[in-house]
Amino acid sequence: MASPPTAAVEPVLAVHGITKRFGGVTALAGVSLDLLPGEVHCLAGENGCGKSTLIKIISGVERPDSGEVIIDGVAHSRMNATSAITSGVQVIYQDFSLFPNLTVAENIVLTAEVAGRQKLYRAASVRPKARAIVDELQLDLDLDSEVGDLSVADKQLTAICRALVHAARVIIMDEPTTALTHTEVARLFAVVERLRARGVALVFVSHKLEEVLAISQRVTIMRSGRVVTSGLASDFDRRSIAEHMTGSELDESRLVADLDESAAPRLVVSHLDLPGAFHDVSFSVRPGEILGVTGLLGSGRTEIAEAIFGARPAASGEIFIDGRRADIRSIPDAVDAGIGYVPEDRLSQGLFLEKSIADNIVAGSLDRHRNRWHGLDRARIRATIAGLFSDLKINAPNPEAPVRSLSGGNAQRVVLAKWLATEPKVLVLNGPTVGVDVGSKAQILDLLRKAAARGMAIIVISDDAPELVSCCHRVLVVARGRVTHELSGDEITAEIIHERMAA
Amino acid sequence: MQMLRTLRGSNNEGVLALVLLTLIIAMSIISPAFLSAGTAFSTLRSATVPLIFALAVLVVIVSGGIDVSFAAVAIFSAYTAVSFAITTAPDLPAFAIIGFAIAIGAVLGLFNGVVIARFRLPTLIVTLGTQGVFVGVMYTYVGATYYAQLPPSLASLSSVTVIDFATGTGRASLHVMAVVAIGLSLIIWWMLTRTMFGRALYAIGGDAEAARRAGFRVMRTQVLVYVLVGVLAAIAGVAHMVMGRSANPQDLVGDELDIIAAVVLGGASIFGGRGSVLGTVLGVILIQVINNSLLLAGVPSAWLRAAVGMLLIAGVGIQAIAARKKARRVHTVDEQKADRVVEEVAS
Repeated sequence: MASPPTAAVEPVLAVHGITKRFGGVTALAGVSLDLLPGEVHCLAGENGCGKSTLIKIISGVERPDSGEVIIDGVAHSRMNATSAITSGVQVIYQDFSLFPNLTVAENIVLTAEVAGRQKLYRAASVRPKARAIVDELQLDLDLDSEVGDLSVADKQLTAICRALVHAARVIIMDEPTTALTHTEVARLFAVVERLRARGVALVFVSHKLEEVLAISQRVTIMRSGRVVTSGLASDFDRRSIAEHMTGSELDESRLVADLDESAAPRLVVSHLDLPGAFHDVSFSVRPGEILGVTGLLGSGRTEIAEAIFGARPAASGEIFIDGRRADIRSIPDAVDAGIGYVPEDRLSQGLFLEKSIADNIVAGSLDRHRNRWHGLDRARIRATIAGLFSDLKINAPNPEAPVRSLSGGNAQRVVLAKWLATEPKVLVLNGPTVGVDVGSKAQILDLLRKAAARGMAIIVISDDAPELVSCCHRVLVVARGRVTHELSGDEITAEIIHERMAA
Repeated sequence: MQMLRTLRGSNNEGVLALVLLTLIIAMSIISPAFLSAGTAFSTLRSATVPLIFALAVLVVIVSGGIDVSFAAVAIFSAYTAVSFAITTAPDLPAFAIIGFAIAIGAVLGLFNGVVIARFRLPTLIVTLGTQGVFVGVMYTYVGATYYAQLPPSLASLSSVTVIDFATGTGRASLHVMAVVAIGLSLIIWWMLTRTMFGRALYAIGGDAEAARRAGFRVMRTQVLVYVLVGVLAAIAGVAHMVMGRSANPQDLVGDELDIIAAVVLGGASIFGGRGSVLGTVLGVILIQVINNSLLLAGVPSAWLRAAVGMLLIAGVGIQAIAARKKARRVHTVDEQKADRVVEEVAS
């Protein structure tokens, strides 16, 4: 870690006493923050603490009710998105806001042309401009590929290049490491170092505390619309950040229930093979056991889960549930066999966003709520909904609220509720806490422990090592489509998991 | 490989050209009369109005929307301008009548655009609705009379040809309206590829929210798209009447399928963000040639519509399947790349 910039340096950007109200709700109350050139500033806080609102104000998307944004010593009271961009402030959103149908080069250059208020588009000058930026950051990006074909990491690099075309001096990155694997994060951080050398100030908004601590010089933590604390990153550790964020002590110790060693395995996967995705995968899970599966993005970990759930069936190999062979060729086969799956991309795959929480909870288990005449048993449905809604502590006024209105952590609990309602024998979760704040994360892991305690076999696919450490009995490491390591007991530590993933 | 990629074109224009060529060669072998300047010029003539419409549809589809009211806008604006000229100002010069039609088309397009952009409504439903509204309003307030004669200034345009020569089987001529269609194609091509407005259309079609964040004025651009559609539709409407030498309020509406099919076959993605003028021109000509060939082959004309319908489904189907394949490809493990990453980390 480089030494923190000295206080004598003039801040590139500072905000003073920002207050913002939406209707009767105060989103920000007197927030102040300053960014120095060449620093990485971590902005941490739970969902709904006001981070997003602050970013929107800095980037000119929202106007503050009071307070000012000062860029290079000049106060801006009426900033809009374009004037923020021309002043050198760039936001890289979690979805990157790129155009999937255009090439990398066009994506890098296009917004600069828009900000320049040009009428004509000079196609010939696009490539050289983009090439200059890509070369400066020493990236390996194919300028002629369409962005829609790129990996998440390459999309992110494209977005960073785009920010630099504007001679950005402040780059705000929203959850930059969430969708990246370990190696990709390392690559991103190398780029970040080059940006710092150029004197760019970076703001990282993140939930992943470890990574953020590794790269940041300063940390600002927000809670309920206020800055709780701010200081040098070296003065903080995981624990103290989490405590400031939640306002309470965080329990992240390893907590796994004892297993009945004699119990027959609930799920046995034997020599599963799908060419191009994974080879010869075998493992078993006992009732009450939580099995972690980890690996780099593209290692085959998601494909294995999808094969078990029948979304993309394996070409060969066998799956046994409670000792009985289950022939899984499709999703209905898997559901019939008692397998539940919480997908990676929950918003598009796991939920009916416009429907109510209640409808979503019972969407997967209507067959279980039939009465004698095969009609729906309203009373039982209501009981299931009420039970899960309160058990899972979903933060909404009532179960009739649409899922779209929920925050990430709460939407995640609805997906979980949907599958718990089907009472599966085996529940597979892909990235169960991606994009969820620390408080919700602990609660979700707790829910999994409780579900396991009732005899369910649970498979958690994740690259969040502390999470695996916290709840898994065993952890399988997948690399290039093969199970390369099986960790159990004392071997399960964040360090060993990271080491095995990269090896 | 790189050359193949270039020849194929970013929207499969190369494949389309190949299909077209094959069809023409096949038809020439079956019926030698097919391959002649006369056939080529008559195909161009019958493709003129569809081509202008197709350019309009291309622009909307690229921006991520769809417009099914263009035929109604065309007939409304052309018929209103012509019937105004016939009933109240018979001496109006041609450019004034055309200008009047274009102005009406622009206003109708503006109406579509404002409703769609301001209230963020689904484009298909809005234009389906306005199609009915426009036709109804025209019948009620403008009239439903069939005029067998155009105003003199327009009528004189009907016989203007640019190239005209005798061939072995008769005369071949290039109508002035075909030249207008070619000119419009060039203008739209320039607009889509060389102006920021054109890039804005692709950006919005690719991801409207991203376009908004990038600073594109999305709402304004969308409104302008529908105004442009109105203008192009009005020109197509006038061209149709000039070439048909009459003004029939019952024309055009109902033939939207052919146009949309041509644009989609031409490689424009129904999901937005993709499409080219070259592809659209090829698509329009392909549909015309197929129609002509089927007629020549003695297929009853009732089957023509079925053929076009099937082509539309095939066109969209190919796009959807290709998109799905692409999505799948991204997910599977690229072993070589994975190896490389591992080596990088190790070193």
